[in-house]
Amino acid sequence: MLAAEGRKAQIWGTAIMSDHDNGSGSQAGVTFTLDGQSVTARDGETIWQAAARHGTDIPHLCYKDSDGYRADGNCRACMVEIEGERVLAASCIRMPTEGMVVTSDNHRARTARKMVMELLVADQPYRDSAHDPDSELWRYAEAQGVETARFPAKPTVEPDSSHPAIAVNMDACIQCNLCVRACREVQVNDVIGLAGRGAEAKIVFDFDDEMGASTCVGCGECVQACPTGALMPKTLLDADQMLAITPDRQVDSVCPYCGVGCQLTFSVKDERIVAVSGRQGPANQGRLCVKGRYGFDYIHNPERLTRPLIRRDDVPKSASMPFDPANPMTHFREASWDEALDLAATRLAAVRDEHGPAAMAGFGSAKGTNEEAYLVQKLVRTGFRTNNVDHCTRLCHASSVAALLENIGSGAVTASFAECRNAEAIIVIGANPTVNHPVAATFIKNAAQRGARLYVLDPRGQHLDRYATASLRFSPGSDVAMLNAMINVIITEGLYDAAYVAAHTEGFEELKARTAHTTPEAMAPICGIDAETLREVARGYAGANSAMIFWGMGISQHTHGTDNSRCLISLALLTGNVGRAGTGLHPLRGQNNVQGASDAGLIPMFFPDYKSVTDDETRRRYAELWGAELDPERGLTVVEITDAAYHGDIRAMYIMGENPAMSDPDQAHARAALANLDILVVQDIFMTETAAFADVILPASAFPEKDGTVTNTDRRVQMGRAAVAPPGEARQDWWIIQQLARRMGLDWDYTHPRDVFGG
Amino acid sequence: MDEAGVPSDRQQGSKSSRGRGNYKPKGRLTDPAALAEIKALLGAEAPRRDLLIEYLHRIQDNHHHLSTRHLAALATWMGLSMAEVWEVASFYDHFDLVREGEDAPASCTIRVCTSLSCMMAGGEDLLAQLQPYASDRVRFVAAPCIGACDKAPAAAIGHQLVAPADLHGLTGIDSAPHPAAPSGAIRLDTYMAAGGYTILRELLAGTRSRDDVLAIMDEAALRGLGGAGFPTGRKWRIVSDQPGPRMMAVNGDEGEPGTFKDRHYLSTDPHRMIEGILIAAHVVGIDRCFIYMRDEYPEIIALLHAELEAVQAAGLAGHVALELRRGAGAYICGEESAMIESIEGRRGLPRHRPPYVAEMGIFGRPTLVNNIETLHWVRDIVENGADWFNAQGKDGHPGPRSYSVSGRVARPGVVLAPAGSTVNELIALCGGMAEGHSFKGYLPGGASGGILPSNKGDIALDFGGELAKEGCFVGSHAVVVLSDRDNMWDAALNLMKFFAHESCGQCTPCRNGTEKAVAMMGNTTPDTALLGELAVTMADASICGLGQAASNPLVSVMKHFPEDVGGRGQEGPDLGDGDHE
Repeated sequence: MLAAEGRKAQIWGTAIMSDHDNGSGSQAGVTFTLDGQSVTARDGETIWQAAARHGTDIPHLCYKDSDGYRADGNCRACMVEIEGERVLAASCIRMPTEGMVVTSDNHRARTARKMVMELLVADQPYRDSAHDPDSELWRYAEAQGVETARFPAKPTVEPDSSHPAIAVNMDACIQCNLCVRACREVQVNDVIGLAGRGAEAKIVFDFDDEMGASTCVGCGECVQACPTGALMPKTLLDADQMLAITPDRQVDSVCPYCGVGCQLTFSVKDERIVAVSGRQGPANQGRLCVKGRYGFDYIHNPERLTRPLIRRDDVPKSASMPFDPANPMTHFREASWDEALDLAATRLAAVRDEHGPAAMAGFGSAKGTNEEAYLVQKLVRTGFRTNNVDHCTRLCHASSVAALLENIGSGAVTASFAECRNAEAIIVIGANPTVNHPVAATFIKNAAQRGARLYVLDPRGQHLDRYATASLRFSPGSDVAMLNAMINVIITEGLYDAAYVAAHTEGFEELKARTAHTTPEAMAPICGIDAETLREVARGYAGANSAMIFWGMGISQHTHGTDNSRCLISLALLTGNVGRAGTGLHPLRGQNNVQGASDAGLIPMFFPDYKSVTDDETRRRYAELWGAELDPERGLTVVEITDAAYHGDIRAMYIMGENPAMSDPDQAHARAALANLDILVVQDIFMTETAAFADVILPASAFPEKDGTVTNTDRRVQMGRAAVAPPGEARQDWWIIQQLARRMGLDWDYTHPRDVFGG
Repeated sequence: MDEAGVPSDRQQGSKSSRGRGNYKPKGRLTDPAALAEIKALLGAEAPRRDLLIEYLHRIQDNHHHLSTRHLAALATWMGLSMAEVWEVASFYDHFDLVREGEDAPASCTIRVCTSLSCMMAGGEDLLAQLQPYASDRVRFVAAPCIGACDKAPAAAIGHQLVAPADLHGLTGIDSAPHPAAPSGAIRLDTYMAAGGYTILRELLAGTRSRDDVLAIMDEAALRGLGGAGFPTGRKWRIVSDQPGPRMMAVNGDEGEPGTFKDRHYLSTDPHRMIEGILIAAHVVGIDRCFIYMRDEYPEIIALLHAELEAVQAAGLAGHVALELRRGAGAYICGEESAMIESIEGRRGLPRHRPPYVAEMGIFGRPTLVNNIETLHWVRDIVENGADWFNAQGKDGHPGPRSYSVSGRVARPGVVLAPAGSTVNELIALCGGMAEGHSFKGYLPGGASGGILPSNKGDIALDFGGELAKEGCFVGSHAVVVLSDRDNMWDAALNLMKFFAHESCGQCTPCRNGTEKAVAMMGNTTPDTALLGELAVTMADASICGLGQAASNPLVSVMKHFPEDVGGRGQEGPDLGDGDHE
């Protein structure tokens, strides 16, 4: 397979470049007069933007000053006078020209803006019964002295309460179509439209359906964009559709769900999270999906674990025992932290001392923080004295990471997903990002809307197909055949980047020889895609000046997942599609910190930063750093540990935030393995299927309850901050891990995750 | 979000009973049978986004309405979201959207024009008298101006014109006739026998240069006769200086109430316009030309289909791809950028300027937009020279103009008269006032050009000039004459209702302003001060000419006819000219 040489610096160059490619443009600018003052607009700035930057806040409703939102100029709340023009102009959409004389504060412009507000207020509920009396509409109305209107009101519109998360009150709608742009142009979910004409113009979902019956995916971008309260989170409204909850505080954090790593803000009222809004993070640019925006109630679920639990002596473990997680006291009893921690530490140490470190294992979590992942592997390596530590990455992208490490020397993406904005061609293979990485998918759809060629390669149809130049529904498992056919086309038709291949890769001749027979014609019967289509896609990818490849579990979760990934890497290296704007390889990572957990060493073969455990010099350095003797052998993986537990070779386990009883392959086998352990300590926030097999259960903290960093699929390290306290006696995870460590004889003294990060 | 959403019946080994196992896609699904019907109807070619309106037409033509099952199938076939299809379909009057569980409308629709000239001729009364004859096979609906103001009241069966219409002629009908080309039109062979297409042939053969034509057009006083009055020669130069590929749109969406000149020229002598297009396309360097005809003129669409085919067969149109498009019942699509949106298959929302369509029009390309009548004169001008053309006007008003004269005159119709003619002259050319009517006031330029009293009957009707000083404009030269038997407030209210109905709904001043104005004007003692304030903002802050001009008639009546403010309301005498029982 093709591998890059001297590659690391170059690959990383992409990510760095892309982050700074914000199009600030030249410094030339345009100088014009605004209200008698000479101001200079930056290139591409509208009158409104230049005015705002110079401290003039011109009222605006249909314009959202945010990335991805096109000015539409329809509400006319931002009218200004331009010398020499017959009518006023909407400042949000008008570009200044050199020498233009613009007036925002004269009688004519103010009168028009105020009349526009009055026309809009005329059809609104009164402010004292408004859905959101503090909406942008009401704030700008108040600022202009418009509290009521002299015009007759239109008939009101009934509320639409059909959606589980979003309250629709179109009596407050001003037809500004920000929600349409949010849905169509920003998130590209394409559910909302502006139908009808004139005063009958109205916001519709699909075919004027109720929102709850529509294809709405509940991303809530429209809610975040709405300037009037016509679309609001249901959680904040009372039965009369009026704002009932004003948050006590807001806490900036990062989303706990997937690897996209959206930055968000939790709104807290009475120590409960009541709403979530998107923040301008580098990965999400203010966007969220349904999970991040509305899936926060789980932390307040009454089934949360709130006290340490110890297994009752009279309830033995078995692989098929009946257990109701809502009623755990049939199997467990409550305990104090001291009792539970002492019991856990004592019994773990006993197994280690009696059966040796090889009988010990630990699972960390891809949903915890980097600091927690680091502490878990450190506990296992220094306290359990084994490298038997792993996490769920083994079941998802470990094959991708292996292929990337082997071929380009770095086990992560080579470019951020948003880099697809600069790509001419995009391949999405074995992934369904609109479902699994919804916010990342918005950037892919944005790119397709902009004109990028999008190739969706997946046995199943999916939402991205609508935006695709071609969708190849190939036969399951035939990835290598299909991709080798493309490699064959690229080589035989001379479409590869010969200079790049010569300068930066090795093994080209071998690849050429190996794929000489994998012609599209030969591969078509295997992969189920006709030869011409294979050629077309190969040409489309290779012919682009910049191209990216995204992949997911459909590539990696295979017996030949590493081969699948190798093919994709070869495609990119052959065509020189790494290391430049709009190029790169991007395995879409699953959990919010699956990248960081591996980076932090939560894998059996590497210390933190992918330093091999079998390398003597490396091991010596880590032993010195941690003050402990370290296992010189590579540890067992998730699957191997389960097997070993099943066979009685692993006898003690500590599982933090993972649920192998549910997620491991062969559930019956996994459960039998767990039931077979001498001691199982589970640290979690819910009574999981795995916890049912535990001897000690330690109630932990949910993501919005703790501080710490997570690393997203782009490998951005981002800060999560505690918004609320854990329930009951549940404790922060870093504290629990440290308590276990200390009770096993380690002298840890961290006072906060910052000590872990900094130390 | 559901606090009670805690599965209580959860057992070890099985997750929540909800969310798994019973997965159902969100929203409406495409019915495979409907998809098959759509594919069969719309043919084997790959779908084109810009043909969405044409596809909707074909479905409506075949099924007499647009059902959600067909629309969902259409969205699937085109790869569009349902919302995109719905918002376009619901924008245009001529599409009948029928949701699941709703009754389809009667298969035959008879439209009765209720715009000003037809209202004055009793259109509203006629419609009221027809309603008892409605059945499950035929329905009677009000329609905005259908371009037959000289034969008011006008009606259309399907879209086939019946004018003047009466109760007898519109009852006992339950299906629309297939549109047929007007019988009196000059067809290709006749046109060519009389020297038609000579200039085009010279251009194509290289015996006449583009520069020669451009030079003539520069000199000729031909201006945009859709209503904007932009000098045509200058527009041709601007677009020809833009980088290719260049587009052209021919604006045949003649919808300004009172205007019917384009219909007149197309139904009598269509090849003058076609030759105008082909000359312009050659001279300006146009790659694709879209001829956008209003759906209300089906006989002209039929004629143009035949004649464009004939022209292509004759080898006269090899230099430009011609596409005939039909509107779907939206006055705003006469606004050039809204028309371009419609040509691209979208809602007819006017665009912001800049950029101007000459720089960025259809599909983002530089676009030449000319009105039907503007192109009609091109051959004559090139043949006879700019001086010949310019000499046909009055002093300071070069060129001839086609005034559509309707209302209370003895013989309404298209009057070809010198530019700068006055309404008094036009009334005389139309045989004077209708019997029993005395001249009270007039609309110099259709619905949007304002209203003037009879004592201002000697103002030259031309672009700008004295008319502009009165706050009025000549626009498409649609002159509607009102008499002592008409109430000016009622006329202004009719026009405001027209604008409210036709507002695209994009911007607040027009969308809300026209709606509020209608509501307030219906009051017998309207708040004229507030209406005045509203009018200023509508004029100042609307995106396009519709909203900017919508208040012109209102302002005119408040200024010139204060005694009529409030109108006759319900009690006023019925003075319509229609049939009464």
